[in-house]
Amino acid sequence: MDSLYDVELIAVSKRHGATLAVERISLRIPRASYCCLLGPSGCGKTTTLRMIAGHEAITDGDILINGKNVSNLPPVARGTAMMFQSYALFPHLNCLDNVAFSLKMRGIAKKERHETAHEFLGLVQMAEYAARPPAQLSGGQQQRVVLARALIVRPKVLLLDEPLSALDPFLRIKVREELKRLQRELQITFIHVTHSQDEAMAMADVMVVMEDGHIRQAGAPREVFERPVNPFIARFIGGHNVLTEPGGPIAIRADRCRLGATVRMSPAASPWWNIKARRCASPSPPDRGMRSRRWCRMDCFISIPWRPAIPPRSSGRIRMSTI
Amino acid sequence: MMVGGPPVRPISDKRPWTFHALGALFGLYMLFLYGPMVVIYLLSFQGKNGGVTFPMVGVSTVWFEDIVKPGQMANIPVSFQRSIGLAALVSFITVLFAVAAGLGFRRKFPGSGIVFYMAVASLVMPGLLVGFGIGLGFQCLGLQTSLFTSALGAQLTWTLPFGLFAMFAVVNRFNRAWEEAAADLGASAWQRLRHVTLPILLPGILGVAMGAFTLSYDEYARTTLTIGPKNTLPLELYALISSATSPTLFAIGTLTTFASFLIVGTTLVLVFRLQRRRTLAGLKAG
Repeated sequence: MDSLYDVELIAVSKRHGATLAVERISLRIPRASYCCLLGPSGCGKTTTLRMIAGHEAITDGDILINGKNVSNLPPVARGTAMMFQSYALFPHLNCLDNVAFSLKMRGIAKKERHETAHEFLGLVQMAEYAARPPAQLSGGQQQRVVLARALIVRPKVLLLDEPLSALDPFLRIKVREELKRLQRELQITFIHVTHSQDEAMAMADVMVVMEDGHIRQAGAPREVFERPVNPFIARFIGGHNVLTEPGGPIAIRADRCRLGATVRMSPAASPWWNIKARRCASPSPPDRGMRSRRWCRMDCFISIPWRPAIPPRSSGRIRMSTI
Repeated sequence: MMVGGPPVRPISDKRPWTFHALGALFGLYMLFLYGPMVVIYLLSFQGKNGGVTFPMVGVSTVWFEDIVKPGQMANIPVSFQRSIGLAALVSFITVLFAVAAGLGFRRKFPGSGIVFYMAVASLVMPGLLVGFGIGLGFQCLGLQTSLFTSALGAQLTWTLPFGLFAMFAVVNRFNRAWEEAAADLGASAWQRLRHVTLPILLPGILGVAMGAFTLSYDEYARTTLTIGPKNTLPLELYALISSATSPTLFAIGTLTTFASFLIVGTTLVLVFRLQRRRTLAGLKAG
């Protein structure tokens, strides 16, 4: 079956007893894309991933993978593979046997499965560690082995549960480049759960921001950053300050504040604003180069004296303002 | 500037006096635990004309020879065999049920609380009464109590809950993600058990087996009223102690301890070899 989408969620809900973990979410992930599920902890992103993987039953709705309804299929029949947050490498098997595990389950002869496993270990530059038990590997190395073990089943969709959270910051950036490269080379869909905005901004083709069991916004990272649909997204993704104005809330982008510009808001509405704006234009700016281009990071000016009172759920799209 | 409060002890490599006090206490404990056993091992080599107490009157192995001679001690070797046989069976059944139950208890099921407390209750019930009840039950039904029926059952009332608790500790350290990963990689339920769950739990399972074996091997209270006409070793020894005292008893003690160490040692060697074979297999594959 051919479909434009690798993964489709149709009004999927998950209920744990009385609590609703995920409520009627719908999502379409195009072919061979890198999708990041992003949100604060407890927003339902991991539950969503586990439902796609088939490790958690869905309460309501349907999940389609490659156009096929897999809602009631076991994980192995879905064409997905999962990289667990805890890695879940089998401690009693060495790296090679860990990677070859799925082939062994399918009854493939030892010689053949070891050859294939070697190939995949090579793909993640871990061939020389084949004989090591997982306990003798560093976190980054373990992760490569997990990746090889997941890819050997040749999945259509690879599901990654916070794959970078256990790594040190330097390695994190390195691994995220590698993941992105692998995804491009293999031409399959990666769904990557993370709570880090940086990660999602850097990697995602499709960024899905979740909050409180709902998908608040899904789209290209740049679009989500530039056109946040509500104050939550504006603050969560961009770290924008959000002001309430009679016409609706305004997000102020810290990266596009102009020094000494005219303020469009009425001085009566926010009298502090004028003062700050004037102070910005004072004759000794911190950086000459910046001044000449008349751009400046404004967050230091804006965020100090002011505590915005925003309704938690204001409807409608926020206007972006460049001051 | 110094602030008020208790004086701060400078950091030093010297151990505080409490270390030595507690060390001495531990030494006394070890002496109390192993002293009597060492005495028994020594006295089992008592000379021909010696008695059951010090001093040693020469050194001989005559008391060991006494065990296998026909006569009063004739029942010792055969009761030892019975004890080993029963302990092996008890250990096997305990492992079978404890592992299954331990894995089952990971999920709450209806009535899991009640089952759990029933298991606890059977641990705290006085063993002699449990044995008495089972013996009485057999008599009411007109059945003969014997080694592999009533005695087996009586010992299981003790080893099964013990095995279950030990498995709780073992299963607690088991990461559910291992099974999920196996399922993700296409393993069926049976394959998950065979290739992931059991191998990872194996050291703990062997521990449960050894524990159950030991509990059964020296069990007295539950067995004494359910054993029927043919005694296990502890019962036989108890009968001997109350009827006759000679260094032969010590010799039996030495021998059975040696047998226990042999069993423990063999198990450990097996485990180590298993682990080494895995590593070696890995090295060859690499």
